[in-house]
Amino acid sequence: MSLTHYLVVSALLFTISVVGIIINRKNVITLLMCIELMLLAVNTNFIAFSRYLNDEVGQVFVFFILTVAAAEAAIGLAILVVLFRTNKKIDVAELKELKG
Amino acid sequence: MTVESIVFYVFATLTVVGALGVISMKNAVQAVLCLVLTFFSAAALWMLLEAEFLAVTLVLVYVGAVMVLFLFVVMMLDVDYASLRAGFSKYLPLGVITALALFGAIYWVIRSQVLGEIPEPAKNSADYSNVTVLGRLLYTDYFYAFEIAGVILLVAIIAAISLTFRGRRERRGQSVPLQHQTMREERLKIVSMESGRRQDAHLKPKKTSSKKEAPKDGVAKKSSSKKEPSKNKQDEAEKSEGKGS
Repeated sequence: MSLTHYLVVSALLFTISVVGIIINRKNVITLLMCIELMLLAVNTNFIAFSRYLNDEVGQVFVFFILTVAAAEAAIGLAILVVLFRTNKKIDVAELKELKG
Repeated sequence: MTVESIVFYVFATLTVVGALGVISMKNAVQAVLCLVLTFFSAAALWMLLEAEFLAVTLVLVYVGAVMVLFLFVVMMLDVDYASLRAGFSKYLPLGVITALALFGAIYWVIRSQVLGEIPEPAKNSADYSNVTVLGRLLYTDYFYAFEIAGVILLVAIIAAISLTFRGRRERRGQSVPLQHQTMREERLKIVSMESGRRQDAHLKPKKTSSKKEAPKDGVAKKSSSKKEPSKNKQDEAEKSEGKGS
């Protein structure tokens, strides 16, 4: 397996997540999942380059990205729960309380 | 076809299919389960790239914790997911165009040999330990970043708990502005006492004991003593008599 194979897989993942953000722009849960997918694609790229360039530092970066992504998911879901409690819906288009 | 390429193609296909399922499923629970499938097969790909520690971490942390959190939230929220997919077909052409453009651009960069020819590295030997290498890097060169990652997780814990906390928000700490606003009248009550009654206070123990023994006489005597404070001494003498009898 060459580096190109892994890069193509992660490019596919990244593209799919961008498309998911475009076509599911109302559902906050799906948006969060698409961001997770995007981070997964980036991590796959990091690990592939770390393997093929023989440099383990890339894996350290993946470690930190995983940490930040876990924190982001936890806070995002907490905000989502609070949003649902106050608004009874999670439609992104309806979020215009701050519009004035 | 070697075994490695078969494993690669199987798990790469599973990853992409799972990702497509995430963005196209009608049911949110099914979408989360598709994401779990994607993470599992991506972990297999990472294992193929000899990043064993991160592959195991992905399964444990992501599939075990983050995806379960997603599932909990999806099941807790009573949302009408069908109404949220209203613009799905409307935005689909735009999505396809973006997909083609983005993937075309990335693929062009990959194919154009900007990176140069990178040969496939040799397999690591059997006594190579991915965990040892990562740990040595994390605890020496990247130690500050490691500590900051810990602080970020702590911040996430505190933020998530304080956002979703539903119990009593009251705290028993002191509020300095409130303390400064209090007036003297609210806190201090000056009671003016007559000097004659103070002598009564000294005799209180006797009084109470006499009440117990002669309750019938006590009522009338008490009312009289209130009306005529000057007769206090006389009343006391009567009470002590009652106690003796």
